[in-house]
Amino acid sequence: MAAPNRSGTLTAAKEVRLYPSRFHYEAPRTIDEACQMMAYYRDDAKVLSGGMSLIPLMKLRFASPGTIVDINNIEGLDYIEEAGGYLRIGALARNRAIVRSDLVRSRHPLMSSACPTISDPVVRNRGTLVGNCCHSDPQGDWVSVMMCLGGEIVARSVDGERVIPIEQFTTGPFSNSLQSHEIAVEARIPGSTNYGEYHKIERKVGDFATVAVGVALNIAGGSVSHCGIALTGVAPSNLKCYDAERAVMGGTLNEGTIEAAARAASAAASPRSDHRGSEEYKRTMVEVFVRRSLRAAAGIRAA
Amino acid sequence: MPEFRNVVVTVNEEPREAEIEPRLLLVHFLREVCGLTGTHFGCDTTSCGCCTVLFDGVPVKSCTVLGVQADGHEIITVEGLGSPSELSPVQEGFHEEHGLQCGFCTPGMMMTATAFLDENPNPTEEEIRWALSGNNCRCTGYVNIVKAVKWAAKKMATSGVSARGAAPIR
Ligand SMILES: Cc1cc2nc3c(=O)[nH]c(=O)nc-3n(C[C@H](O)[C@H](O)[C@H](O)COP(=O)(O)OP(=O)(O)OC[C@H]3O[C@@H](n4cnc5c(N)ncnc54)[C@H](O)[C@@H]3O)c2cc1C
Ligand code: FES
Ligand code: FES
Repeated sequence: MAAPNRSGTLTAAKEVRLYPSRFHYEAPRTIDEACQMMAYYRDDAKVLSGGMSLIPLMKLRFASPGTIVDINNIEGLDYIEEAGGYLRIGALARNRAIVRSDLVRSRHPLMSSACPTISDPVVRNRGTLVGNCCHSDPQGDWVSVMMCLGGEIVARSVDGERVIPIEQFTTGPFSNSLQSHEIAVEARIPGSTNYGEYHKIERKVGDFATVAVGVALNIAGGSVSHCGIALTGVAPSNLKCYDAERAVMGGTLNEGTIEAAARAASAAASPRSDHRGSEEYKRTMVEVFVRRSLRAAAGIRAA
Repeated sequence: MPEFRNVVVTVNEEPREAEIEPRLLLVHFLREVCGLTGTHFGCDTTSCGCCTVLFDGVPVKSCTVLGVQADGHEIITVEGLGSPSELSPVQEGFHEEHGLQCGFCTPGMMMTATAFLDENPNPTEEEIRWALSGNNCRCTGYVNIVKAVKWAAKKMATSGVSARGAAPIR
């Protein structure tokens, strides 16, 4: 082990603890350079953004990529802005910045409601929305939020750019439809919604959801012009509840449509009994949360 | 052949230069290359926050950042708070309010609290609890830790000293 040396060069510390397997490390400065590297290394490489999922997996050796393409040195990827009718969140916008963003809150209150439930404050200082979507953890919260809002992922490669709607982006547990040489550079969310709430039951701060329900609405002139409802933790992957959405779309929110939506969402869920709770409990909580959100949205005082 | 990278990291305002493997985690770079063992590792799985250091002023769990990622950046560890003759308000608060028992979580708690108070010098109890929710303590039940952070906030208000102990930058 190298002795501490206050001023001079410290030589390699060969005996220190090392958890991940060896990998080759690249730290591109521009997105074009990063794309060229991904085109070169392809399946051998993994993009490193917040690292809050990738590095734990590497430490456990569940992942042992041959090359890491660390995109953290690319300038200008940490934006949260509105342009071309979209709220655009760059690949390096940290969850910390999303929590604090007034723009996000004013455009999509669901995002501001969900973000503080994702991991803990120190982890949120590095974790990103785009990285969370790319990780495609079936228990991940951002994919559900994106489902409620009609979000899309912008993928970049040496071949150009393409836009992938979130339902086509996540393809199963820990898998997405990015090609091996593509980098997700942005999440974009159209328009705005004037109501949104994320209800999540977690056993402790930073835990994955026992049950989580996202609801986003746009109510204009008393009528629902957009409705997104999605569930986390109660199906094999994030679940968009089309039937529940249809139950309230295009009309006014009233006890009848609210009940129909709550029951449809609960019926769509396929929770499993586990150490976090029974199937029945989880199914009931989906119903309760959808009802509670829609009542709040309708200005009906929750019972 | 393992790959080595030359990194220059400013740790507690001093440049440290080293050849390290990319897989060396920041926590081990700090402890074993820099010899700064105030940064603890408790869980190694990004849960406990004992390894929290400031990365360009922002608290991060150093067991989940690569040492090479700190190249060209500024790290502050618990050794960078206050001085033996003059503790920082946060350190003094932990002393005054009995905010530690075994002390294992304390460095991480103090780093998170320091960054938090620099941004929010007059927090409510709820805000303090929320800010510290990424740091686990197995001994104190948090009550005294929360008191310690409140104590530090009061000290900052009356002394004009920043949470880190240095005079505030104006
Ligand atoms: C203690 C703890 C609690 C957590 N709790 C929750 C929780 O409650 N809910 C939740 O949803 N998540 C949770 N997480 C996960 C956390 O939110 C992660 O930050 C997130 O899943 C991954 O984002 P990241 O930016 O850190 O990505 P990384 O860890 O850097 O990457 C994750 C994966 O995505 C790929 N990837 C990342 N960025 C890109 C890109 N731009 N282009 C292509 N591929 C990319 C990587 O190659 C890797 O495979 C938790 C994590 C921890 C450590
Ligand atoms: S040792 Fe890093 S979070 Fe526990
Ligand atoms: S004082 Fe012992 S873990 Fe916190």
